[in-house]
Amino acid sequence: MAAKNLPPTYDKIAQHAVFPETTHDEKARYNFLANLNKHLAHVSQGNATAYNKRVEPKFQEEHGRTFENKDELKEAMEQDPHYQIWSALRRSTMEMRQQAGRSLTYRQALDLKEKVDALNAGKDSLVLNKEVAVPSYLKAVDNHLMPGSYHTELFEGDVANAANYDGGLFVTTAGLLGRYSDGGGQAIGDWLLTNHPDFKPKRILDIGCGMGHNVLPIAKRYPDAEVVAIDTGVPMLRYGHARAMALGYENVTFMQAEASQLPFEDESFDWIQTTMFLHETGGKSIYNIMREIHRVLKPGGITLHIEQPQYTDDMSLYEQFIRDWDAFNNSEPYWSKMHDIDPKELMASCGFDPENYLHFGAKAINDLDDGKQKADEPEDHGRSPIWNVFGAWK
Amino acid sequence: MNPEADYITIASNKPKGKRPYFFNDPAVERVLNITMAVASELAVARERVDTLERILEEKGILSREEIETYVPKTKAIEEQRQTWHSEYISRVLRIVQQEMEELANPDKTLAEIADDIDQM
Repeated sequence: MAAKNLPPTYDKIAQHAVFPETTHDEKARYNFLANLNKHLAHVSQGNATAYNKRVEPKFQEEHGRTFENKDELKEAMEQDPHYQIWSALRRSTMEMRQQAGRSLTYRQALDLKEKVDALNAGKDSLVLNKEVAVPSYLKAVDNHLMPGSYHTELFEGDVANAANYDGGLFVTTAGLLGRYSDGGGQAIGDWLLTNHPDFKPKRILDIGCGMGHNVLPIAKRYPDAEVVAIDTGVPMLRYGHARAMALGYENVTFMQAEASQLPFEDESFDWIQTTMFLHETGGKSIYNIMREIHRVLKPGGITLHIEQPQYTDDMSLYEQFIRDWDAFNNSEPYWSKMHDIDPKELMASCGFDPENYLHFGAKAINDLDDGKQKADEPEDHGRSPIWNVFGAWK
Repeated sequence: MNPEADYITIASNKPKGKRPYFFNDPAVERVLNITMAVASELAVARERVDTLERILEEKGILSREEIETYVPKTKAIEEQRQTWHSEYISRVLRIVQQEMEELANPDKTLAEIADDIDQM
């Protein structure tokens, strides 16, 4: 069951002036974890086997019928020894990933702050606003088990969690998003350039930008556009802005702003993008956010949203269940509920004409891909860099 | 607070939300987590040894071929190395040995011994 292809070593990750320093053993620890993640993607395939060979047949035998809903299926799978060991190992791996990242970033937390502050000083492309509150849906949980989430500062100017996120994403995804972990942003930028070469956005808004890893490839493809990247996590904005400066980007403004109260005029952006953001919002907020997107988008403009697949009636109960794993066990609680929403209806109810609805698949563009990466790779639900994109022209 | 002074504690902080446990007995999960952390550190140490070997080879101090084909030159070295393995395995599998000892010689509980001692 050894992985047929190997994750890139941690030293392949893109470095920049605010990137956290790593010792030999810190890199080695990340190499172990990337390999463990890859290995567990193979172990996860045993869940389907267990389901088909013993969990479902046993239920069938006891009840004279198959599962009627996800809850029944979940209860039965949770008693399966293979599901138990895979789940326990995967949870443990996520926790070890956070521990490894935070031990290396917090030991140099003051240095990281100084480096970030030096690059941010006097720049008007970082706009912070203390009036902007962190939304309750972000305060309720530490998404993907990162203690303190995106917004907590353990001291004034703390950016250690943002730096932890920067290095750690490469480990969790085993490098499948590329050296800058920006495979999603690259894919969406290429899609628009290829499919709509005449579309020349002047102003681009990226909502929930985090450390900006997915907005930078967009800014690179549209160098004449004014790009605004917003988030409520101040450490992410500070770090993301410094990172963009270090990487030589000049057309991106990082701004502290909340998605359901956009501080912009009506019809002021040509393209509004979110990447793996909506599943980290909440059941009411998602509608408020989409209404704001509709308000701020120019007529003739486009909005696109990269997400994991929606759950439709065609998707088996088993697949819905296994895709839910991250929602409950990797602390992304809205993930499951959001994927029950019909995105077409979501957009229609917020003002978008269903005639102009868009829906397509996207795959990460990976600058580390040597052609061996994908060979016989099993789908690791919720981790594979294969996404659904939905959106609309206005 | 000084984050750099407290980084060891900070690194292992728990995230929000009650932790899910997957085994019927949470104690099994606790042991698994500790075991996986140890497995990680063994991998780290192994990579460090590999780094050392490669640097030593680059500097012409030894060749990895020499390591791969190394054979102990004396009986004493052979015994030292085998003793290390023996001790290491015994240390890791301590509980199995203790369970076998208990099986061969069923023991009293400490409560029973306490009652015995009370009469001594």
